[in-house]
Amino acid sequence: MSITPAPYTALIPLVPLAGAVVLGLGGSTIQKRLGEKAIGLIACGTVAVAFAVSVVAFLHLVGMPAEQRFLLANLFPWFDTGTLKVDIAFAVDPLSAVMILVVTGIGGLIHLYATGYMHGDQGFWRFFAYLNLFTFAMLTLVLGDSLLLMFVGWEGVGLCSWGLIGFWHKEMANARAGNKAFIVNRIGDFGFVLGIFLLFWSLDAAGHATLTFRELAQQAHLLEDATFWGWPIATLVTLFLFVGATGKSAQIPLYVWLPDAMAGPTPVSALIHAATMVTAGVYMIARTSFLFSMAPMTLAVVSTIGVATALMAATIALAQNDIKKVLAYSTVSQLGYMFLAMGVGAYAAGIFHLMTHAFFKACLFLGSGSVIHAMGGEQDMRKMGGLRAHLPATSTTFIVATCAIAGLPPLAGFFSKDEILWQAFSSEHGSPVLWAVGLVVAGLTAFYMFRQVFMVFFGECRADEHTKHHLHESPASMTVPLWILMAGSVVAGLLWIPNVFTPFAQWLEPVLGGHHAGGHGEAHHALGLELGLMALSVVVALAGISVAYLMYYRGAIKPDTFSELAGGAPYRVVLNKYYVDEFYELVFVRGLGIGGARVLAWFDATIIDGIVNGAATLGRGVSWAIGLFDGGVVDGAVNGVGDGAWAVGRQLRRLQTGAITAYLYVIAFGVLGGVFLYWSIAVAS
Amino acid sequence: MTITVVFYVLAAATVAAGLGVVLTTNVMHSALALMGALLGVASLFVLLGADFLGVVQLLVYVGGILVLTLFAVMLTSRVEMRVSNRAVGRLPALVVVAAVLGVMVRAITTTAWAMKEPAAPGPTVYAVGHAFLGTYLLPFEIASLVLLVALIGAVVVSRKEVRG
Amino acid sequence: MGPLGLHHFLVLGAVLFCLGLYCVLTRRNAIGILMGIELILNSANLNYVAFARYNGGEYDGQIFAIFVIMLAAAEAAVGLAIVLGIYQGFETIEVEATDRLRG
Repeated sequence: MSITPAPYTALIPLVPLAGAVVLGLGGSTIQKRLGEKAIGLIACGTVAVAFAVSVVAFLHLVGMPAEQRFLLANLFPWFDTGTLKVDIAFAVDPLSAVMILVVTGIGGLIHLYATGYMHGDQGFWRFFAYLNLFTFAMLTLVLGDSLLLMFVGWEGVGLCSWGLIGFWHKEMANARAGNKAFIVNRIGDFGFVLGIFLLFWSLDAAGHATLTFRELAQQAHLLEDATFWGWPIATLVTLFLFVGATGKSAQIPLYVWLPDAMAGPTPVSALIHAATMVTAGVYMIARTSFLFSMAPMTLAVVSTIGVATALMAATIALAQNDIKKVLAYSTVSQLGYMFLAMGVGAYAAGIFHLMTHAFFKACLFLGSGSVIHAMGGEQDMRKMGGLRAHLPATSTTFIVATCAIAGLPPLAGFFSKDEILWQAFSSEHGSPVLWAVGLVVAGLTAFYMFRQVFMVFFGECRADEHTKHHLHESPASMTVPLWILMAGSVVAGLLWIPNVFTPFAQWLEPVLGGHHAGGHGEAHHALGLELGLMALSVVVALAGISVAYLMYYRGAIKPDTFSELAGGAPYRVVLNKYYVDEFYELVFVRGLGIGGARVLAWFDATIIDGIVNGAATLGRGVSWAIGLFDGGVVDGAVNGVGDGAWAVGRQLRRLQTGAITAYLYVIAFGVLGGVFLYWSIAVAS
Repeated sequence: MTITVVFYVLAAATVAAGLGVVLTTNVMHSALALMGALLGVASLFVLLGADFLGVVQLLVYVGGILVLTLFAVMLTSRVEMRVSNRAVGRLPALVVVAAVLGVMVRAITTTAWAMKEPAAPGPTVYAVGHAFLGTYLLPFEIASLVLLVALIGAVVVSRKEVRG
Repeated sequence: MGPLGLHHFLVLGAVLFCLGLYCVLTRRNAIGILMGIELILNSANLNYVAFARYNGGEYDGQIFAIFVIMLAAAEAAVGLAIVLGIYQGFETIEVEATDRLRG
């Protein structure tokens, strides 16, 4: 494949980084001296520059033949040790071009919105410093040409997410929400890292170690038959990577942080938890699609979890009363769709839905922020109603975006969602069951989104007098992005009208391949089926809307019918998010955490202290034994010598009779003996 | 021939005196028997041609030492003059002495003594005096020192405890 | 027997020596022991002189005998002084009484 050096593309991530550094170091001073306007200018300016460069890069790619679309900005070598060779390099190819346009474009609009939303906040400069830093990290994640650089960006967005969720950290609950997001993400990251290690290690064993994406794509076939403890390596690697994706993109079982993340300011929810960070998992799977295509089992896992998450989140959203919580669960649900797409091999369709979802979800979140702003901070939908009259721009954009998410043609959501449902039905990795569940979720989505619309914008206003007086439309800095995003939600879908006009799919083909069965080229009877399924999904969406209409606009069906169904238990379960958080708290936090701490404390007190005390006792015992030895043997020897000497002396004392006669005898004997001896010697010689 | 007879007579007298020393129980008698033995030895000295030595023996041994012994006997006796002088453990002593005697006699009789022809007896005073102040000057002087020391020692040892 | 020879005197000396030894070993009286010692010394003197005589005109034996007599005098003086000292301490001169150094 041909690589075109394009150093200017490095500006895309680096300019927001510069903005973050300037705002981080000097932001408070700038805010004091030059006011919020200057900060907003810097922050939005950097993202605008990044967007402009992204457009240039995109056009650059457009002007190249399809097989050669690859721009590389290699900054400097990072690792060059042994078999590992990784550089700090940013690569723009069709896939990342889509991502950077989304991130910088929608991100820029959200930056603009935030200048209005965060007006008057003491930490204005800090917010935008984080926001720019986040933009840099996200762009690094998307543009990184190797798994390692992507992981750097991955961690970076996690960090910024923590900082932004817990932005109003003086409230303990917000800080805790930030911690929860970071910790749950960390669990996923552990899986991601294991995946990277396993991949590198197995490629190294096969002789071609690399972590750069373009090289991985070429070398991946080496892993076809490789196994590890009996499992195919491709399956293991992709499963680990998917674990990371579940953390970042809030799928089962690591989705629990996203609803809590609504504690952050609404622009944060829009940017991070709708349009960009949560899509990182989807992007990562698209990037490594060549690996996932080698692991059918992982694909099955991905699609199953995706569709299960979609269903579960949709059911929870049915009962929520907080305007942002509904949108949060909706995001989790739509992410489930994207993973469903990835799981059936429709990588391009997943990316397509990612893009359209970014438009309308950002629009919905910003719209909700506008509503909250108008309601003076109130977020409970039960206290809203009839806001259409007071917030014309907000309500218009919100309703259009809701139609888009519900899947009404010809809005964006219709095309992207339907492409996914079609692929789920017809792809070799898909099945009608997956399609059916996805269809049900579409109906539920339509229902709860319109429930929200009817509760907030239609009917009587249920707010108190004080709030009613303060109802006002948001400033232009907030409404302009809403309009732009609404426009995007309308037209973006037209980039992929199956069998008619599919520039989006063609654009991504060099990167993602024609990995969708039953695309344009199959027999015509598939087309009929596709159209039929499309019509069916529209019908289902309309059905959902109708039920919502009847319940919340007309009041024909009382909501109580459902909430008190079967004694109200199902309603309570759904309202309490199936008690998953409580379960995690009990099992993992209390159980493993505190229980584990207790076990370790017991271990320390009983076993470790036991060993230490035992050692001391052993020492005492040894010294007692040595004492015995010393007392018995050594002293015995010493005393023995003394006693021996005394005993010998006692015997020798008997010589000292005091009797002179005896002494004389001895003398006589001695002398005579000596003489005798001398004599015998003399005789002998 | 004659000289042999004289010898035997003198020898028998001496031995008899010696036996007297050994056998009597009265220490006084024993001392007197000792005197006889000493006289016998002195005469044997003369027989052997050591006339000066014989006289010295008489003067010093008999006249000095023996008298001293008699003094000591008298000074250490109790009211009765019969100082007990019994012998104890006679049998072991007899055995030892008999053995010693036997060994010595055998040694004497079986050894081939390197003898020279004895010279004619003559006055020995001159020769002895000459030797004392010639070859044996040092021992002579030291001997006089020894006597001095013994004199002082004897006085010191026998002094009565002065109470007071 | 034969003519008078050295060994006659030597045997006589041996006999005297043994008598003196017997005296030393058996007497209980301290002065008795000293008398035995005198006998031994005299037998030694006899030996000396006999050898001097039968050595052909050399007088060394006699010189030695004189020395012996001198030392015997010194020894007797000191010994008897000790006996007197013992008498003063023990009221008796039996050697069995002086066993204060019994171990």
